[in-house]
Amino acid sequence: MPEWLIIITPFLYLGLLFAIAYAADKRADSGHSLVNNPYVYTLSIAVYCTAWTFYGSVGRAAEDGVSFLTIYLGPTLMAILWWLVLRKMIRIAKQHRITSIADLIASRYGKSMLLGGLATFIAVVGITPYIALQLKAVSASFEVLLTFPDGVESAAGMTGLIADKAFWVACLLAVFTILFGTRNIDATERLEGMVVAVAFESIVKLLAFLAVGFFVTFMLFEGPGDIVGRIQAQEDMRELLAFRDTASGYGSWLALTLLSMAAIMFLPRQFQVTVVENVNEDHLRTAAWLFPLYLLLINVFVLPIALAGMLYFGDGTVNPDNFVLALPLAEGNELLAMFVYLGGFSAATGMVIVATIALAIMVSNDLVMPALLRMRHLPVIERVGLRRLIIYLRRIIIVAIVMLGYAYFRLIAETYALVSIGLISFVAVAQFAPAILLGMYWKGASRPGALTGLVLGFAVWLYTLMLPSLADPGWLPMAPMEDGPFGIGFLTPYALFGLDDMDPITHALFWSMLANVGGVVLVSLLTRQSDMERIQATLFVDVFLRSEQDTRFWQGNATIGDVEALLARFVGEERAAEALATYVPLGDEAPEASSRQAPPELVNHAERLLSGTIGSASARVMVASIVKGEALTFEGVMEILDATSRAIEYSQQLEQKSRQLEQATSELRAANERLKELDQLKDEFVSMVSHELRTPLTSIRAFGEILMNNPDMEEPQRREFLEVVVRESERLTRLINQVLDLSKIESGWGEWQLRTLDLSAVVDEAAAATSQLFSERNVKLDLQLPDGPCPVKGDGDRLIQLVINLLSNAVKFTEPGQGPVTVQLRTVGSWQELRVTDSGPGVPDHELERIFDKFHQINDQQAGKPKGSGLGLAICKRIADLHWGAIHAENSGSAGASFIVRLPEAGGDHCDVN
Amino acid sequence: MPKRILIVDDEPNIVLSLEFLMKKNGYDVETATDGEQALTAVDRQRPDLVLLDVMMPRKDGYQVCQTLRENADYANMRIVMLTAKGRDVEREKGLSLGADDYITKPFSTQDVVDKVGELLGDRS
Repeated sequence: MPEWLIIITPFLYLGLLFAIAYAADKRADSGHSLVNNPYVYTLSIAVYCTAWTFYGSVGRAAEDGVSFLTIYLGPTLMAILWWLVLRKMIRIAKQHRITSIADLIASRYGKSMLLGGLATFIAVVGITPYIALQLKAVSASFEVLLTFPDGVESAAGMTGLIADKAFWVACLLAVFTILFGTRNIDATERLEGMVVAVAFESIVKLLAFLAVGFFVTFMLFEGPGDIVGRIQAQEDMRELLAFRDTASGYGSWLALTLLSMAAIMFLPRQFQVTVVENVNEDHLRTAAWLFPLYLLLINVFVLPIALAGMLYFGDGTVNPDNFVLALPLAEGNELLAMFVYLGGFSAATGMVIVATIALAIMVSNDLVMPALLRMRHLPVIERVGLRRLIIYLRRIIIVAIVMLGYAYFRLIAETYALVSIGLISFVAVAQFAPAILLGMYWKGASRPGALTGLVLGFAVWLYTLMLPSLADPGWLPMAPMEDGPFGIGFLTPYALFGLDDMDPITHALFWSMLANVGGVVLVSLLTRQSDMERIQATLFVDVFLRSEQDTRFWQGNATIGDVEALLARFVGEERAAEALATYVPLGDEAPEASSRQAPPELVNHAERLLSGTIGSASARVMVASIVKGEALTFEGVMEILDATSRAIEYSQQLEQKSRQLEQATSELRAANERLKELDQLKDEFVSMVSHELRTPLTSIRAFGEILMNNPDMEEPQRREFLEVVVRESERLTRLINQVLDLSKIESGWGEWQLRTLDLSAVVDEAAAATSQLFSERNVKLDLQLPDGPCPVKGDGDRLIQLVINLLSNAVKFTEPGQGPVTVQLRTVGSWQELRVTDSGPGVPDHELERIFDKFHQINDQQAGKPKGSGLGLAICKRIADLHWGAIHAENSGSAGASFIVRLPEAGGDHCDVN
Repeated sequence: MPKRILIVDDEPNIVLSLEFLMKKNGYDVETATDGEQALTAVDRQRPDLVLLDVMMPRKDGYQVCQTLRENADYANMRIVMLTAKGRDVEREKGLSLGADDYITKPFSTQDVVDKVGELLGDRS
């Protein structure tokens, strides 16, 4: 392939990327932002997949088999937690105008400049190998494309600077990073163009990898089954397909998974795209499933390509990291090779651009700016203006960072595989995890704690990973690495304190995390937090409880003019004027008002605006410089916050009270209705009782008077009248007794004797009690009782009364000499069913339910028929109800009426009372 | 010619006592045990006075009273309501429906005889 084509293509590609970014920025300016889209957001997160994924995964798979998957398992697991953890981080970052991961740490621990600087330092040192890795991958792919199959890649370290392709790649990337990252003069804007370009790159690298995967798996070989089959046939390759089963194997699986979980959250470039560039928290919902899917797709062909490469090239002749390029080249498919080359280039440039911009923001905000602000009267600031200065600074920093990566590449990258270099960086950024996660969920985490944790963790990382990586290629003496410094064995970097059965990454992660977490927790427990720390800790941990407007720290002792001048210096006159227009009360905007006191809201807004430009720690220093007087104490801030939340709470309480009142009112209304109803029922009951009592009384009195006034009455008539008096008196007595019974039953079973009874014995007793009645009317009683007992729970006397009422009812409505009255008792499911059937006229259908009402008499019963009190069946129903049972009547055709009582079997589910 | 009295009540013993009383005082007596029988009896032969119970099956005393009063032929027929429900409401209702008098159960036999005599215009 001609060299000029290989050189010109990346230029054209970067030009295309820049055009995309430019167009996206233009669209954003006209209000049609492309980044307010969950798919663009997700694709931009895929900047996680770098050249390391693109080339290195195949390399690792060729060495270690399936263990390359851990790097993608971690993010997939983490994606499940995104809605909980990342959303909180995004909310915090938005409220506090956080610009980078170092800023996040600094802001959480009392806007500490020291912590911000330290985190920045760790990030730069930690990410440098990662950038080196991208340079290595790009230059290696370039070499492969250029020289394959004749030469092996030339060792970069041996060529001169000018002849080294990697150097030119680094320069190219630095220029484009500057174009993407600092094109806008205003440093606070989101880098929308960059995000869209990165999303585009994610599509290119995915398509390129899928294309080569498809080519190798299905065109070069006959599908994955073919490849695996051939591997199985070779003794020495078989173990690649197995999950390693040694102890350290599992340990390193776990370690790598944890590492990549931390990486997806805390890599500066991931923080940039997932947190800083997030425009809508809801995009996380899509990203949480789409991003793991992306990872799955980009990994699906890794193993087939690795195995195919090993089969194809045998061993040793081609570096497995280059299989993806070498396979299409070896087959003469140059077009595909070029596409793969571009895919790898995409992966590398995406990472370098975003990572470098993220690092440059951190370095300028957390390292350089604080130093510059200390020298406030530097002539250069006066000459170019702070905002321009920030831009120039960032450009210089970008170049510096890329060159640092290049330097590391020149020093050591040739001796390490891609994955190993990447993992060194992963362990470095994992050091951020304890300070950030504990800081987000534990108010007690303190600045000294975070500082200790970061320093210890970073120191262990330096000692156990960074130093050996420099010693390996001979830049440091080898002896201390193998035998420990000064021959002290338990200080050997790869086997600290004798822990020598782990691989270096697992080993370093274990010790650095132990030191880091231990440092944060122990020192936090032992130290007191400053006011500022306590405020920030509360605001971070309780971020979902408060709105942005709540966070006020300054007692306003600054003048409006001062605030305006400060804002104009950093964010421009336009935005300064905007802020003043929003927060200064009308009438106070006049120029002569600039010496008046600024409202606290303006001061706080100014601090937030500055945070977005120069980081939270610097912003605080700047605001402090114009505010005369103290910042609020922790108690002061909490008081303001509490006042707000108290007001909210109070209004919520009021609402709740009024809802409760409404509910109580409607309950009262319902109760009142019910009472009225009950009152009416009682009234009717009293009226009915009075009616029923007066009726027999009427006859008694009438005949009494007749008998008294007619002493000469004939004997038979006199006797007839006396009998009426006696019968009516009996009726009266019965009625009174039943009213009393009913009222007793109505009052519930307070005085009842609840026992387990045999219902057939109850029926027997009731039959005995009514036998007189039956023989008087010459009606036969037919008892059909089961052999076994029918246990029910209840009061014996009440149940007997129930059966007596039914029996006397039945006999009353059966013509004398007719019959029989049948009583059937049986068990139906968990119920005991008692059925009393007479051979009377039956009950009219429309009366079947109403006959159980009190004093209900069937209207068309013939005159002269025996009459009851009208209470018998009401009493039956009440007794059945109180025994958790039921009673109803039905007409059994020719046979007359049946009254069916169902009572729950004792011990059954229907019994409420034990 | 003796005056005719119709006694309407669903309680046979009350009918029996009233029948005895009225006959003893020289009236012709007819009886009915519910509202419908009462109306039939009135149509068959118009009585001079009806002793009408309120609580009865099929048609209660109020309905019977109302039906009777709607018929102009029966305009000068006397109606005395009998009721065991002693509330003022019932009394008012009966009188407003056109009853001439109202007797609460249990009644004094002398009262009944006096009221009937008064309404029929003879002092016996």
